[in-house]
Amino acid sequence: MIHYLMTDNGIWAFLARVMAKIIIVLIFMLLLCVPMLIYMERRVMASMQARIGPNRVGPFGLLQPYADGLKLFMKEDITPTGVDKIVYYAAPMVLLIPAVTAFAVIPFGTGPHHGTAIAPNTNIGLLFAFAAMSVSVYGIVLAGWASNNKYSLLGALRSSAQMISYELALSLSVIGVLMLSGTLNLVEIIHQQQLPLFLGSEGLLSHFKNWFIFKQPVAFVIYMIAAFAETARIPFDLPEAEGELVAGYHTEYSSMKFATFFMAEYAFVVAHSAIAVSLFFGGWSGPLLPGAFWFLGKLFAIIFFFMWVRSTLPRFRYDQLMNFGWKILLPVGLLNLFLTGIGIVLFQR
Amino acid sequence: MSLETIMGPIKGLGVTLRTMLAEPKVTVSYPEERLELTPRYRGMHELRLYEDGSEVCVGCSLCAAACPADCIFVEGAEEENEGRERYAKQYMINYSRCIFCGYCVEACPVDAIGMTKVMQDLTMSNRWNAVWDKDALVANFKRRLAEEQGTPNPSLVSQTASKRHGAISQ
Repeated sequence: MIHYLMTDNGIWAFLARVMAKIIIVLIFMLLLCVPMLIYMERRVMASMQARIGPNRVGPFGLLQPYADGLKLFMKEDITPTGVDKIVYYAAPMVLLIPAVTAFAVIPFGTGPHHGTAIAPNTNIGLLFAFAAMSVSVYGIVLAGWASNNKYSLLGALRSSAQMISYELALSLSVIGVLMLSGTLNLVEIIHQQQLPLFLGSEGLLSHFKNWFIFKQPVAFVIYMIAAFAETARIPFDLPEAEGELVAGYHTEYSSMKFATFFMAEYAFVVAHSAIAVSLFFGGWSGPLLPGAFWFLGKLFAIIFFFMWVRSTLPRFRYDQLMNFGWKILLPVGLLNLFLTGIGIVLFQR
Repeated sequence: MSLETIMGPIKGLGVTLRTMLAEPKVTVSYPEERLELTPRYRGMHELRLYEDGSEVCVGCSLCAAACPADCIFVEGAEEENEGRERYAKQYMINYSRCIFCGYCVEACPVDAIGMTKVMQDLTMSNRWNAVWDKDALVANFKRRLAEEQGTPNPSLVSQTASKRHGAISQ
C-alpha cells in the first residue's frame, strides 16, 4: 500500500501524496515549528539580555508555548460591536493561509526516488511562493478595516505601506539570483548550487562553493533587510510596536484570533528564511547527513539571525523606514541587477 | 551613509552575542537559589526568650505606642508566683497593617522584639490569618536561632503556620 502510494503515477496516488505532504507541513508548521520558534525566541532573547527565559514548564521549559497557547484558547473571544463580522473573522485566516501555502513549494529535502519533500515540483515555485505571501497584505488591510476602529485602520495602512514598499526590494534582490540560475524552480536552483565549481573539484568543499550568497552577497543583504520589514520584526516592527503601543491592525482581536496573527508572523519568518536558504545557501545540500537535516539546520541558523537582530537593534522611525526602503534599498537593488547583468555578459558567455 | 552607520549595527550584534555566551546570568531562580539579604533586613518579627526559656517581654506596650500603623496589640499581666513581675498575656501583630518600619524594635526597653529576615511565610488566603499571636512570633525566634546554629529546620515553617491557624480558629 505504502509502496503503491509512493511510486504510482496515477492521479489518486498523486493526490494522496500531495495531501499527506500538506498535512505534514501543517502539523510541522502549526504544532511543532511555531511553538518551537516562540520558545527559541524567548530563550535566545533572554540569554542575550543576561536572563534565563522560560525554564519551568516541562523539561527546560519546552512546554511553555503550549501552555501559553492553551491560555489563549481559554481567553474570552471578544467581537466588538460594529465590526464587519464576516471580514473580521476571515482576516486572520487570510493572513495565515498564504504563509502556510508558500511552504507548498519549499523543498525541505530530498526524498526517495530523487523526489523532494514538497507538494508540487512546479517550475514557477519561487513565483508561487512570492505570490502567495503577497496576499497577506490583504489580511492586514481587512483586519484593520473590519475592526471598525480608526486606530486599527491607521495601523493597517501603516503596515500595508511598509510591506508594499519593501516587497519591491525583496523581489529585486531575488531577481539577481534568478538571472544567474535562469529558472524559477526552487529545486532546480538548489541543484545548480550543488554543481562542482569546476570538473574534479568534488569533495567536502563542493557542497558550499557554489552557493549563490558568494555570487550575490549584496542581493542577500537586501533580501534579509527586506525580509525583516516584510515579517514586521525589529528593526521594522512599526506595525505592532509591542514595546510601547497597544498594537496595530490587530488591536481589536483577542483570544485565538489574536494568536492566529501571531502564528502567521512566525510562519512568515520561517517562510522567508526557507526561501533564503534555498536561494542563497544551497538548500538541502551538505555532506554526509540527510538533506532535510541540512535544510533545517540552515533554516534555524537564519531564524536565529532574525532573533539576534531583534534583541540588538532599535526601531526605525516611520520616515526613516520609507527613506531607507525607497532611497537606499531600491537603488542598490537596481544597481546590483545592473552589475549582475554585466557580470553574466562578461563571464558566462 | 558613512561607514559608522554600517558598522554601528554590526558592533551591536557583537555586544549581544558576547552577552549571550557570557555566564552567569543575572536571573536568580527564586525558590532554589536566594539572594543574600542585608544584615539589617526588616522581615517578620520575633519575640525573644532568655536562655532558660522565659520570655523577655514585660508587656509594657511601648511598641504598640510607637507603632505608626497601630498593628500591635499587647495585654500585660502580673503574676508574682512565676518569678517575674510583669509579662505579656497576649501579644498580637496584625501583618495586614504592619509597614515593617522597625519602630517597635527601637522602642522596646528590654530588647524583647526584633526582626528576622523571613518574609515568605506572609502569604494568606484569609485576612484573619494575617494576625500572628505570641506563640507564632516566639517560634520565629526559635527558628532563627536554629538556622543560625546551622541546623535549618524547614518543618518549623509549617508548624508555626498550623499553630497560628489553630489559635485563630479558637
